[in-house]
Amino acid sequence: MQQQTLAVLVNDYPGVLTRVSTLFGQRAFNIDSITVGGTEEAGLSRMIITTGGDDRQIDQLMKQLNKLIDVISVTNLSANSYVSRELALIKVSASPSQLAELNGIVEPFRAAIVDVGPTSLIVQVTGDTEKIDALLVLLQNYGVLELTRTGSVAMARSIVPATAAATV
Amino acid sequence: MSVEMAEMQKKNSIPPIQFGEEVTGAETLLRCLLLEQVEYIFGYPGGAVLPIYDSLYGSYFKHILTRHEQGAIHAADGYARATGKPGVCIATSGPGATNLVTGIATAQMDSVPLVCITGNVAQSLIGTDAFQEANITGITVPITKHSYFVRDVRDLPRIVKEAFHIATTGRPGPVLIDIPKDVANAIAPFSYPETVNIRGYRAEVVPSDEDVQNFVAAVQSAKRPVIMAGGGIIAASADQELLAFAEKARIPVINTFMGLGGFPGVHELSLGMPGMHGNFTANQALLNADCVIGLGVRFDDRITMGRTKEFAPNARIVHVDIDPAELGKNVSTAVTVTGDVKNTLEKAIPHVTACDSEAWIKQLKDWQQKQPYKYKKDGDTIKPQAVIELLYRSTDGEAIVTTDVGQHQMWTAQYYKFKNARSFISSGGLGTMGFGFPAAIGAQIAHPERTTIAVVGDGGFQMTNQELAIVSQYNIPVKVAIVNNQCLGMVRQWQELFYDNRYSQIDLTCSPDFVKLAEAYGVKGLRATTPEEAEAAWAEALAHDGPVVVDFRVAQEENVYPMVAAGNTLDQMELGDD
Ligand SMILES: Cc1ncc(C[n+]2csc(CCOP(=O)(O)OP(=O)(O)O)c2C)c(N)n1
Repeated sequence: MQQQTLAVLVNDYPGVLTRVSTLFGQRAFNIDSITVGGTEEAGLSRMIITTGGDDRQIDQLMKQLNKLIDVISVTNLSANSYVSRELALIKVSASPSQLAELNGIVEPFRAAIVDVGPTSLIVQVTGDTEKIDALLVLLQNYGVLELTRTGSVAMARSIVPATAAATV
Repeated sequence: MSVEMAEMQKKNSIPPIQFGEEVTGAETLLRCLLLEQVEYIFGYPGGAVLPIYDSLYGSYFKHILTRHEQGAIHAADGYARATGKPGVCIATSGPGATNLVTGIATAQMDSVPLVCITGNVAQSLIGTDAFQEANITGITVPITKHSYFVRDVRDLPRIVKEAFHIATTGRPGPVLIDIPKDVANAIAPFSYPETVNIRGYRAEVVPSDEDVQNFVAAVQSAKRPVIMAGGGIIAASADQELLAFAEKARIPVINTFMGLGGFPGVHELSLGMPGMHGNFTANQALLNADCVIGLGVRFDDRITMGRTKEFAPNARIVHVDIDPAELGKNVSTAVTVTGDVKNTLEKAIPHVTACDSEAWIKQLKDWQQKQPYKYKKDGDTIKPQAVIELLYRSTDGEAIVTTDVGQHQMWTAQYYKFKNARSFISSGGLGTMGFGFPAAIGAQIAHPERTTIAVVGDGGFQMTNQELAIVSQYNIPVKVAIVNNQCLGMVRQWQELFYDNRYSQIDLTCSPDFVKLAEAYGVKGLRATTPEEAEAAWAEALAHDGPVVVDFRVAQEENVYPMVAAGNTLDQMELGDD
């Protein structure tokens, strides 16, 4: 089963997220992550959904999504090269005395310490899933008290002509 | 709708429709329905739809007051299936709306165009668990083609226009419009859009030339081709094109359950129904074909038996469907065409010539002769299959026949040879008991001149038999044929075959006297307990100018054969006793 990233352009109406997520449940697909937000055009939202499935399953899922009246277009970003980013906030058990040491770990990841308290600090990191996972492994040694991460936001790379992207 | 038609509709309505006039949301709705040429509304009132019912008072519409909302939606469904026009029903909020759910799911599974209008509590109360509040748009998300919650009366005309467009174009389906009471009461100048513009909704119907060429080439090279024609033939009104195509290309036709009537059942190229209770020849055709041409079918698991790898093992599968999501959904295909089957066949017919299929056709005819549907006759008791044969003989395949769900449904599909499209109406996808009788009411209303028969089991009939009140009230001359085996027959059959005769909860011996029940509603009731009585009672029923219920007391222990047990493949078919 491959991980696939779909970009789904939808009307920005109440209930549209329900329709999309219900469809996943109804067709026995799992949503690994979903992010929704505004787009370049007022009135439309873009959902970036990561899910698993082989080519046939994803083709079927895209066709089913496309049948929803509120879905304007469905693009499989995984079909071509694309940029994908997640954001994570990680609360690490550490005292201010460990700040320098932690900065040394965080820096190569271009992450930042954005809050420091007496017994814990918060690291903010953006990047693809693997990068965030890698940083997490290192921070685990200190003790991760709390973790919150977004799903991916993603976009096809500019060098891919729009027509080459798998869209239904 | 054309501008002229709209003009006509405006004139015909009483009072005439004035654009720009300040009217309520309720009045707006009814005017929109008039402009959509709706003639019948099936419904049931309640607090949240009182403004709509008040506007209906003394209006142009023919409103049928069913005795249950489920009756209303199945009747609207029967009307839609019999005509191809969208069926319309109205229910109040909360319990009225939720009573529509089974009917909405039924229509969705069988791709039937419906517009379901529900009332809701006023928007100020939405979300407060107000009296009779239900989130019906939320409840029905997975079972509608689309749904609307109307927030502003000024959106109502656009929404109604879109709802009818969505329900009837592309792959048809049910659309729900939920109208809160404050919107029904709000005032706005009346208008109705001429066109719809729904971004992201494409009801592509015309196939590409290239697809059609590939289609013709694939079909043409086959030596053992078979067409599997489904409900899409009927939805697209492509029966004439199918006939012309099959005859010209010399390809035998299997009709799926939903496709019955889409190709004349007595035609020399007709093989009848395949699948779990399909006939030997249709299933052999699938097993031996070198090319299966699916036209408006969805390769349902009652045909593939869910074993899609072993389905039609020797065939390339060619699939035409208006819904691109159906292509490759259940079976792997060699050639696919996205488009409506009528357009596709129209485009293909000029290019197709006869296949080299005569040896194959002869082989199929031999099988048909050797293995027709058969059952053991019995002198004294009425065999249920004989009831269907009687209905067929007496109407020459010309009646509109609706069924409920169970053994009688399968026997009807097997023994009634449908001649015409839209004359077999049955819940295929969801398998909804209680569907048959109200659906017959809708079909009969649509075609008052035609004989309409509801074939029902003693079980399913009792789920909606209260609608006897409306056949009586409006004198709707539906002939109800109860195939009464005094049990839940289809369940009994499975318990016999797969649960070692442990007959758990299927006994219906304590049912009402159906003759008296009919009479209680002012409907003629007849009973038959022997084959002779069956002939006589049915003749009397057909001769009677009005609704009739005939209680056919049939053999209890009869099973539907042939049968492919769940989990088996089409070559493991039980032919039953003869
Ligand atoms: C609403 C609903 N409930 C339950 C079922 C399951 N079911 C399928 S066939 C059947 C028996 C039907 O019995 P009857 O109406 O007497 O018809 P028969 O099979 O005897 O012809 C049942 C219970 C169903 N299809 N629909």
